[in-house]
Amino acid sequence: MSSKFKGIPDTGADDIISRPDLRRIAELIESGSRVLDLGCGNGEFLHYLKKVKNIRPLGVDLDAEMVGACVTRGIPVIHGDLNSKLDFLQDQSFDCVLLTRVLQELAHPEEILQEVTRIGRRGLVGFINFGHIRNRMQLFFAGRMPRGKNLPYEWYDTPNIHLGTIRDFRELCARLDIEIMRSFPIGRERSYLDVKLPNLLAHACIFEIRSRKH
Amino acid sequence: MQDGTNNELLTTPQDYCFGPGEENALLLDCGRKLYEVNLRYETYGQLSPEGDNAVLILHALTGDAHVAGRHNITDRKPGWWDAMVGPGKFIDTEKYFVICSNVIGGCSGSTGPRSIDPATGKLYNLDFPVITISDMVRAQKRLIDHLQIKKLLSVIGGSMGGMQALEWCKLYPEMVKSAVPIATTSQLGPQSIAFNWVGSQAIRSDVNFQDGQYTVNPEHGLATARMLAHITYLSDESMQNKFGRNLQDADRYSFAFKRDFAVESYLEHQGQRFVERFDANSYLYITRATDYYDLANGGELAAALKNVTADFLIVSFSSDWLFTTRQSEVIVKALLANNLNCSFCEIESSYGHDAFLLEVDQLGALIRDFLRNQREEFGK
Repeated sequence: MSSKFKGIPDTGADDIISRPDLRRIAELIESGSRVLDLGCGNGEFLHYLKKVKNIRPLGVDLDAEMVGACVTRGIPVIHGDLNSKLDFLQDQSFDCVLLTRVLQELAHPEEILQEVTRIGRRGLVGFINFGHIRNRMQLFFAGRMPRGKNLPYEWYDTPNIHLGTIRDFRELCARLDIEIMRSFPIGRERSYLDVKLPNLLAHACIFEIRSRKH
Repeated sequence: MQDGTNNELLTTPQDYCFGPGEENALLLDCGRKLYEVNLRYETYGQLSPEGDNAVLILHALTGDAHVAGRHNITDRKPGWWDAMVGPGKFIDTEKYFVICSNVIGGCSGSTGPRSIDPATGKLYNLDFPVITISDMVRAQKRLIDHLQIKKLLSVIGGSMGGMQALEWCKLYPEMVKSAVPIATTSQLGPQSIAFNWVGSQAIRSDVNFQDGQYTVNPEHGLATARMLAHITYLSDESMQNKFGRNLQDADRYSFAFKRDFAVESYLEHQGQRFVERFDANSYLYITRATDYYDLANGGELAAALKNVTADFLIVSFSSDWLFTTRQSEVIVKALLANNLNCSFCEIESSYGHDAFLLEVDQLGALIRDFLRNQREEFGK
């Protein structure tokens, strides 16, 4: 009997530990909490959090194959589109809502940020910093849209339709009445930066956010 | 009961009868009681010593207890979900103890309008009480008690079977570890009630119907009801793919009112096949049960489900316009509002409502993996 979902390797924790943003997020999750991962993919990260932090997970993903992979792993998952209202999720019904490296792919980043803070008592948003100095150098010297490890696509064929900088993100949150509780700039592989100029030197940043309204 | 020799699953239908006396009779939503109730059922596989592998399958509107395998090796066709259920299949009868019973009101062995009323010694016909989906589930609960199953690993069903699965979770939360409602809804909408009404009218206005006291099945009415309903199980795309505007027997129009088109011929064939196996009164009663089905009891769905504890896998199909993805999402929302573990998947398919019987591979993989994880958690 053939199965579409067979043969998905259970890579365990190694891949997650090697991704500094996910490692950082895992540290920030409280044991036993209710966690929603928007754009959860194959559910590997939630599965990892369930194992090491005993969380109660829920994932949301647009791709039916990813939904199947989550079911295979025993991770509850909703087949849904982050570009539409997540009205099946109640206000403040999750301890933590994750949004990692998805924001730049969505039609309306400002709407999803409002949904994150509506549904979660706090949100952890992984944000790719387009303002990193390498991107600035490429744009400045080569005069071309930057490409690199975090941005592997051609400008005309990329899911990253809403790239922004750390400063842009902060300004948007202020406009949306979203409080940035903490931020964790991420530098090179396996290292956190304690930098004075994250908007210039951080590849990515984890923002811990919450709504000022709820 | 099964015999797995030669890889051919052979099953024997069984009967469980209850309710001979006042105390034991089945109290129905309409207020009446049903006595000497028979349930026709089949089982596959063995109940584990831990009792953690019982899976109840609920059939759709005109289904029956015969889910999988054959009664005799010479049977032309296997059970209605044979691609899903059996040794080594998605719902693996080597791992799970699978039970399916014919609903009350049906005409495939369980007590229904063409059974003998013990009070009169005659056929019930339209004296049979109007039953509900909850009543069907209450009857099944007696069977599960009889089989000495304390908690079902899962209740699984498509369409009206999904309605029963949801009612199970609501009525007997302590007896259900998980549920898989497929291509279903939390209440029958006006469009579906309207289709049922036309079908019901067609049956009741057949000259042979005789107020339900017929000796000959009112075939015209029943076939018309079935043809109408069958259209709702398909989709524009699947009909386009299967028939287009093709003509059945000729290469030009007849310029008369006999059937010209392939789709007309197909519907007639479906209607004809149906009246050979289904009873008109049963059809009226079962469609009526779906009309009355409202999991929310006229109120808020989330409030109606507040005692539910089961984990859920909800599945819809993209082209199903009878019970839409939107209707499944309403259920998902109510379950999540009750902080339950719930998964939801919309499977891409052009088959319409019928997809729940046809999209076996993708649906089966979901169910198989869901069941495996549920069993690991059972009793924890």
